Amino acid sequence: MVHVLLITFLITLFYMAIANRMLTYVKVLAVQGILLFCVVFIQLTEINLLNLVLILLETIIFKSLAVPLFLAYILKRNKITREAEPHLPNFVSLIITTLIVVVTILLSNAIKDTHLDKIFFVVALSTIFTGLYLIATRRKIITHVMGYIVIENGVFVLSLAVGNEMPMLVNLGIMLDIFASVLILGIFLNKIGDVFKDVDVDQLRNLKDY
Amino acid sequence: MTIIYLIVAFSIAIGLFVNKNTKVNYSLLGLFLAVHWGFTLYACLNAGKTDNDYFTFDSLGILLHLTLSIIAVPAAIHSWLYIKRHDETPQSRGIYFAALVSLITAIGAGYMANHIAVIWIFTEITTLSASALIYHHRNKLALEGTWKYVFICALSITFVFIGILFLSLSLQHAGSEDLSFRNLLANSAALNPFWLQLAFLFIFTGFTAKLGLVPMFTAGIDAKDKAPAPAGALLASVLMNLGFVGIFRFYTVVANTDLHHWANLVIGIAAFLSLFVATVYMIKVKNIKRMFAYSGIEHMGLVMLAVAAGGVGYYAAILHIVLHAFVKSGLFFQYNQLYRVYQNKSIYHVGNYFKYNTTGAMVLLLGFISATAMPPSGLFVSEFLIFRALFEARQIWLLIAVLLLLTMIIWAFGKNIFKILFVPLSDFDEAKVPVINPWESVSQFVLLAAAVYLGLNPPAGFVALIQESIHLLPK
Repeated sequence: MVHVLLITFLITLFYMAIANRMLTYVKVLAVQGILLFCVVFIQLTEINLLNLVLILLETIIFKSLAVPLFLAYILKRNKITREAEPHLPNFVSLIITTLIVVVTILLSNAIKDTHLDKIFFVVALSTIFTGLYLIATRRKIITHVMGYIVIENGVFVLSLAVGNEMPMLVNLGIMLDIFASVLILGIFLNKIGDVFKDVDVDQLRNLKDY
Repeated sequence: MTIIYLIVAFSIAIGLFVNKNTKVNYSLLGLFLAVHWGFTLYACLNAGKTDNDYFTFDSLGILLHLTLSIIAVPAAIHSWLYIKRHDETPQSRGIYFAALVSLITAIGAGYMANHIAVIWIFTEITTLSASALIYHHRNKLALEGTWKYVFICALSITFVFIGILFLSLSLQHAGSEDLSFRNLLANSAALNPFWLQLAFLFIFTGFTAKLGLVPMFTAGIDAKDKAPAPAGALLASVLMNLGFVGIFRFYTVVANTDLHHWANLVIGIAAFLSLFVATVYMIKVKNIKRMFAYSGIEHMGLVMLAVAAGGVGYYAAILHIVLHAFVKSGLFFQYNQLYRVYQNKSIYHVGNYFKYNTTGAMVLLLGFISATAMPPSGLFVSEFLIFRALFEARQIWLLIAVLLLLTMIIWAFGKNIFKILFVPLSDFDEAKVPVINPWESVSQFVLLAAAVYLGLNPPAGFVALIQESIHLLPK
């Protein structure tokens, strides 16, 4: 069952690679949060109840409700409805995402380790690299933020792989999630939208050496 | 004790943030410095002991913590001067000092942490407080700098976390779950090399954002440029040392496994690329503050090159980061005087500084001599030891390349500094030049002199601290 959920998670990445409208990204992020919630529920059987509740709350409330709602609010406030304007066509994005997944599968096959569930490793690593790819190829700053949240989801999956033995690491991951997201999104809420109208990374080119 | 110190320091930060009264603000800042020095003395008296499970007062921690405490005093004084001159609102002043206090606290606690996850947490806190300092001016450029810094640091922090996850996988092969450095060292023989390699790559890449090495150095440059100079001095000296501590402590673990040679290769490549990048930018750069920042990249490249070379290089690396912290923070503290004279940070609009501010110009000249490691600068000693380490490691070609790059850096740095000091400006209104109080340069002279003294005639205690910091590394 966990594997089915994780593979569904992988499919959402493909969907993200070809998505055009900003609101689609937000919805995919919310779906990813729900998927992670289910994975945690099934996977982490050996940790104590209080900790489990904390992790579940983080996935369902923070990842699948608070962050998407907040992103939707920013989109609305700054009137960003247009397309994501990738540097590369969607078709190429899809091919590259597929390549990322294939390469991580090949890589994981080279590992001989009984301690690790390989599906977790494949999904986590491809999510991280897809997130980096999204950051590298999209134009709007808000898409960069979403790419970062995708990376965080990947890290979360990776931390679940060792979660039963070291619940501390999952908690640290949650701290990272909340801390970094609040910091990044906080700057967004405060200023970036007001100062840079229709936020585009091309506008962030004023810091120079001369 | 450490926990008490952290609680007191962070409550002072909250107090500064909430309070609007000028006198209360400054007395809180003074109180913090007293508490900070008290903690430093406590750490010195309890050297070698473990405190609150997660903090160990080991030699490296004490050495860097002393450096931090020494630099924190002029940082507070110059911040006070800076805030006083800029007609700050009570609110922005409160945010500035609160961020300054929490930055210093987090850096100090990060030095002492004996657990990789604890260093990671304090590194996160430094990102938060540094971003408040960078955004101090609240204009478009500051926002751009803050955004880049926060985004790159968030990515790097995530990388370090991924590295920690891989490290935990590696540690499971040793049948242990405790990620403290002592336990990692004890189990170093049983660590799984594949996961350890991945962990090292990710943790190293992540900490380079703070240390200022290729690949993540870019954000730090913008940060030091946009932050007010007294805060930039902290970012350019003690915060870089925190990145060094993160890498160095983990490197000590890796160096005791079969991967020692491989890790040296990784560090060496990144360090040499940093030197190269620093040279390219030093030749090109026209913004004085960014020039200082790129010089920091060069020095960190040298430090990591020394670590990669091994042998006497370990000693030289630790010596170099301490001396570099003094010199570079001195240069940054001096920068505000320069800006007050010319109201500009571009080389093109600055010149003949000796005429307008003789004391400040002396600091700049001595700072230049120190930063480029010309004798009698203390950095000359450490750089000489670094070259010796490279020579003894039989890396002659690398040494020649490094020397060539350094020559270019000295040329570029010198060209700019001498333009600032001696070349007269054609259209400059001398009537507007303010009179600069020479006393404001005293702290810079002290810092530069400390670097000379520690380099040329290191006290026995200082040498012992460095020797002890590196005793866990293989000979």
